[in-house]
Amino acid sequence: MFVTKILGEIGNYMLLMQKVFRRPVKRRVFTRQLMDEMEKLGLNSIGIVAIISVFMGAVVALQMAINLESPFLPKYLIGYATRESLILEFSSTIVALILAGKVGSNIASEIGSMRITEQIDALEIMGVNSANHLILPKIIASIVFFPMLTLMSMIMGVLGGYFIVFTVDMMTPDDFMTGLTSDFRPYLVFYGFTKMIVFAFIITSVSSYYGYYAKGNSLEVGRSSTQAVVSSTIVVLVFNVILTKLFFNY
Amino acid sequence: MIKADHVTKQFDGRAVLDDVSAVFETGKTNLIIGQSGSGKTVLLKSLVGLHHIDGGNIYYDDVCYNTLDFNHKKEIRKQVGMIFQGGALFDSFTVEENVKFPLDVFTDLSEEEKLDMVNETLKRVRLENAHKLYPSEISGGMVKRVSIARAIVMKPRYLFCDEPNSGLDPLTSIVIDNLIKEITEEYDITTIINTHDMNSVMEIGDTIVFIYQGKMWWHGTKDDILMSDNEELNNFVFASAMAKRARKNM
Repeated sequence: MFVTKILGEIGNYMLLMQKVFRRPVKRRVFTRQLMDEMEKLGLNSIGIVAIISVFMGAVVALQMAINLESPFLPKYLIGYATRESLILEFSSTIVALILAGKVGSNIASEIGSMRITEQIDALEIMGVNSANHLILPKIIASIVFFPMLTLMSMIMGVLGGYFIVFTVDMMTPDDFMTGLTSDFRPYLVFYGFTKMIVFAFIITSVSSYYGYYAKGNSLEVGRSSTQAVVSSTIVVLVFNVILTKLFFNY
Repeated sequence: MIKADHVTKQFDGRAVLDDVSAVFETGKTNLIIGQSGSGKTVLLKSLVGLHHIDGGNIYYDDVCYNTLDFNHKKEIRKQVGMIFQGGALFDSFTVEENVKFPLDVFTDLSEEEKLDMVNETLKRVRLENAHKLYPSEISGGMVKRVSIARAIVMKPRYLFCDEPNSGLDPLTSIVIDNLIKEITEEYDITTIINTHDMNSVMEIGDTIVFIYQGKMWWHGTKDDILMSDNEELNNFVFASAMAKRARKNM
């Protein structure tokens, strides 16, 4: 029963994506929609990502300092471990989970409200492919913008770590900086970006799916919104494992 | 002309439309009436293509609509306007943008030409000085007018109205009814109105189809309706005080 339901959901999701990835009717209308979505999904998320990244960077640096305190370990390892934690997991996966909550619920409730107030029917009657018109700009906007948020999160996290090191006086900033720059592999940044591109697609498409097929009243829209966040979070975590396995071939 | 030919529609094995046949004439206001839950909204949505029918055919003039592929249906849908029960205006657009939307998507007119058409249409529905307001900032009657303006801005050949008076006071209802009738005659279009408002029936009903328990139970004109000896129809019609008075005066 459960498996059948999951397979049914995946099938419906695929059919929706088939409708989404079509050529837009008018390029000018599409560009305008895309710009709006860039603002709504991307620019409006800068604040929360920046704040969380600064504090998480600071906490990660503090935790590293507390747990790596040993005369056998060089101090610069704190900076090194902070950088690796931010680049490898925090700025891609954890930021993606935060965005799944913020952006995912926003998308599902917006499209769900349009469904129950017949705005999607109105588009269909006009001859507009509603899935393409509403969902494609969101997917492209997030794929373009979320990696930028990842980059910003990496920078803000490192700055947060640097700030706490500087203020708490647990090590010299030079030691921290040595750790940040030692054995730096740009490939890991590429890995973080690639993960975020996949997560961006998952968050927007899964949330749009739940909004698009919302039924009933505002209560149901709320449920769809919750379901969108739960499902996209789970799918993001599953793909995190898959991508890590693929990238590092371990 | 729009024709329903032995149309059937089921939901979860339950017949909601059962062998419904009716002809809706051009240049006339064709009303579908019936109690709540009788199937009239399903019939309207089936005629417009929002529901796939399980049996029978729907003809737009001589074209069998339900057998067309997506692209051919799209061409017919460009000639269709629909007024939804709740207006279905796009919340994030102003009144002007709502009315301009079909022009943006389907025409290559310049911005100036489009705005001229929008102004002309809003004037036609007697709605001026509301161009820059959002749907949440205007009254229910104004929402219906904007909805009518959006439906007719492309000069459609077919106009569908799903309970255009719902939620309106009697005076505004009459204004909206008369506006729809004027537009129907002026543009010589096929208008189908779904209603359970007997005031509308007596005011603007050129041809009337009565749906009862998913079946086409009766059809005729507003003059015939008062003389009918159909029991179910009479129960529905004379529940309204206005119709009772009309029969008394005959």
